[in-house]
Amino acid sequence: MGNYSTNEFRSGLKVMLDGDPCSILDNEFVKPGKGQAFNRVKLRNLKTGRVLEKTFKSGESIEGADVLDMDMQYLYNDGDFWYFMEPDTFEQHQATETAVGDTQLWLKEQDTCMVTLYNGSPLSVTPPIHVELEIVETDPGLRGDTAQGGSKPAQLVTGATVKVPLFLDQGDVIKVDTRTGEYQGRAKD
Amino acid sequence: MRAELFAYLRTFFAEQSVLEVDPPCLAATTVTDLNIESIKAQMGGASGYLQTSPEFFMKRLLASGLGDIYYLGKAFRDAEQGSRHNPEFTLLEWYRVDYDEYQLMAEVESLVCGAFSRLRNSTPRVARTSYGDCFEKSLQLDPHTASLEVLQATAVNQGYKDWANETRANCLDLLFSEIIEPSLPKGLVFIYDYPACQAALAQTYQDEKGRLVSRRFEAFLDAVELANGYFELRDAQQQNQRFNEDNRLRARAKKPVMATDKHLDRAMQVGLPSCSGVALGVDRLLMQLCGVSSINEVLAFPWERC
Repeated sequence: MGNYSTNEFRSGLKVMLDGDPCSILDNEFVKPGKGQAFNRVKLRNLKTGRVLEKTFKSGESIEGADVLDMDMQYLYNDGDFWYFMEPDTFEQHQATETAVGDTQLWLKEQDTCMVTLYNGSPLSVTPPIHVELEIVETDPGLRGDTAQGGSKPAQLVTGATVKVPLFLDQGDVIKVDTRTGEYQGRAKD
Repeated sequence: MRAELFAYLRTFFAEQSVLEVDPPCLAATTVTDLNIESIKAQMGGASGYLQTSPEFFMKRLLASGLGDIYYLGKAFRDAEQGSRHNPEFTLLEWYRVDYDEYQLMAEVESLVCGAFSRLRNSTPRVARTSYGDCFEKSLQLDPHTASLEVLQATAVNQGYKDWANETRANCLDLLFSEIIEPSLPKGLVFIYDYPACQAALAQTYQDEKGRLVSRRFEAFLDAVELANGYFELRDAQQQNQRFNEDNRLRARAKKPVMATDKHLDRAMQVGLPSCSGVALGVDRLLMQLCGVSSINEVLAFPWERC
């Protein structure tokens, strides 16, 4: 990986900071008229997800991070690892529980996810914005209540629990927004 | 708003009998400042630089006896781009013969407050404080006498752990930009008696506590740097020493060493009258008059769209 100088800093650039891969979120140029120029940079640590701020002297360079975002198909989970496949090469990657994190609540086999690779191994997994999942458990709704717009918890096939309208039953397939974990509607067949 | 401001500025100086001058933007030589880079230009076989300020030409005019003068026009600085910077910007620079820095600060105040009352029907609050007092208040240290080790340790303690080996001037710039500047009160704030190591072309003197400080001031408007002024250095030999020191620091920082301006040197030998001068960022003033936080909002054509 090459080095990047502060004037190449752009949001989205992946760099190494204190041994961890980070993604630049924001880069502000600060310079007293006669004085030293700085870059006040906001970064997200891609391992921990934490956002940090760091002030660089303009012109300093830091090492780029070997981080690559790639669309992959989710295959299966064997209890220890989650397996993803590159659609072009069929190459498979195994992701640890740390890398998958809460995304596991939205992973349906054969869905396409964005897998962030760091030095070739999955660092994190981003689910599709919308997923369609089956309800495996929910209290039977009282049909008469729908006018009130009430909701009830429903457990989905992946283990996630979302609030759904009362008229939905076990076996129904619903569409969920994975960014908010909210019910979007019934899946159209 | 820009046109109204220009008209106001020209009227302001006409009323004070300060003469407008129109020095070149392109010259064979340029400044030696460690932290200011000039944009290089090619003309046939010769090369020159777009001027980072009209200071050297204006000092030649002052030495020729022109008296009080101002410039309202463009200046250029390489690689300066951000929410408060554009590589080409509008500068208002003026010199007052027989003024000291305090008289000039008073004039900056009346110019800025006049612009606000004319264009915004309001006037900013005004405060004055010394550079040393700012550091005492925010960081409990004396920036003029503190050792380099203390400044480096302060930077590290404030969370800038890579600053452990920086120069005195860089540590001061970091602490000022990151800690002091954001905490400045709203309104127009003048800060005077800058450290001797940041004198640029201002005279230095021993203050009442016996510390060597420079007769340089800056003005901040709502915590944004607006203007930089000096009670001007007149000693040609001292000026050459400062240029040489700049170049020594440039060489150490692996930056190109700049040839000095022979014409300016000759003018200084003839004699610069006792005067104070100040440069004010007109785009920054416009930003504050329009209440916007990005310079691109007051430029019809910022660099990205040029």
